[in-house]
Amino acid sequence: MVKEVERAGIPVVHICTVVPISLTVGANRIVPAIAIPHPLGNPALDANEEKNLRRKIVMKSLEALTTEVDGQTVFE
Amino acid sequence: MSKKRIVHYINQFFAGIGGEEKADIKPEVREGVVGPGMAINTAMKDDAEIVATIICGDSYFNENVEEAKATIIDMVKEYNPDLFIAGPAFNAGRYGVACGTIAKTVADELQIPVLSGMYIENPGADMFKKSIYITQTGDSAAAMRKAVPDMTALALKLIRGEEVGSPAEDKYIPRGIRKNYFAQERGSKRAVNMLLKKLKGEEFVTEYPMPDFDRVEPMPAVKDLAKAKIALVTSGGIVPKNNPDRIESSSASKYGEYDISSFDNLTEADHETAHGGYDPVYANIDPDRVLPVDVLRDLEKEGVIGELYKYFYTTVGNGTSVANSKAFAAEFAKKLVADGVQAVILTST
Repeated sequence: MVKEVERAGIPVVHICTVVPISLTVGANRIVPAIAIPHPLGNPALDANEEKNLRRKIVMKSLEALTTEVDGQTVFE
Repeated sequence: MSKKRIVHYINQFFAGIGGEEKADIKPEVREGVVGPGMAINTAMKDDAEIVATIICGDSYFNENVEEAKATIIDMVKEYNPDLFIAGPAFNAGRYGVACGTIAKTVADELQIPVLSGMYIENPGADMFKKSIYITQTGDSAAAMRKAVPDMTALALKLIRGEEVGSPAEDKYIPRGIRKNYFAQERGSKRAVNMLLKKLKGEEFVTEYPMPDFDRVEPMPAVKDLAKAKIALVTSGGIVPKNNPDRIESSSASKYGEYDISSFDNLTEADHETAHGGYDPVYANIDPDRVLPVDVLRDLEKEGVIGELYKYFYTTVGNGTSVANSKAFAAEFAKKLVADGVQAVILTST
């Protein structure tokens, strides 16, 4: 899906836990996530901390979208 | 002759421990066979036997790759095997990646032959086909009956140190290795014969298949976030409560388009996940953990982004074919373009 969206002309950032899969699939902008069942959350944190964590990942993905890339790039 | 020793790697599901709710179990080792090892053992007859089975949760492995690798290597060493088999993983993505990763590590560190089995679209196949032998299997465990004899035949060759034939002969996924051999006819004649067959519309087999580099050039970055319309897409199966379009929990045949314009936050009351390939508990309690509507809504109010697009697109990325996923995205991407969406955040579990 990542590739088809980008092929249509829209920059896409892939937030995912298993980065090697994303690299194999061919995403160009990749942001690593927390865990498979909760990529943008962590149930061990309280609600506020968890939302801050999620915001950090989303901000990272926005940074990825505003960065020119040459090829596949992982934004750690 | 004594039987050759095999160590077998399987996941929590094939070990009969549990489904996704047990995908976080750490590696453990059991003497002898467990689950699919039984059929492999039977097919090996007197030549070889599985002396130990290592079981690890798919999520644990993929989230803790280095620890899992180190622990499992130590376990394998204990049994001093002649061959290591991982899987078959069919089209289970995380299981395939785990099988490929651990098999390659065993081959590199212990210098013994290794073998796995996967469906051609398993991401683990693409990642590891060049490093290890991967028997090509069907896409689900229903194909076990065919996978076992195919894997066993190749396993026996590896264990005996016999020469492995071509991918077609020994039913493994091509590794991109070319071998010289003496053909009956010279190249020019073979090429003309192939051309004649092609002209007649007959079937022919190329001697040099073109590699399939399906890569997309990165699109230019978003210039002005504060004016950008951003859409959310997920393969994590987030859907409105009760899954109105009945998106399948695996091998999805459709995607959903859902309006989120009236939501500041996704909750247990209004959304859930339809995905059958991960433990749904956390996503069901707070779907923002997969589809971060709450944060994007905040960023929209703060003026960091221009607008969160009114719809999100979703499917279940669990054994779903590449062809389906491509078709879904090609279709909804047209709508995104038509509606002036400038960037997409796509989340995967």
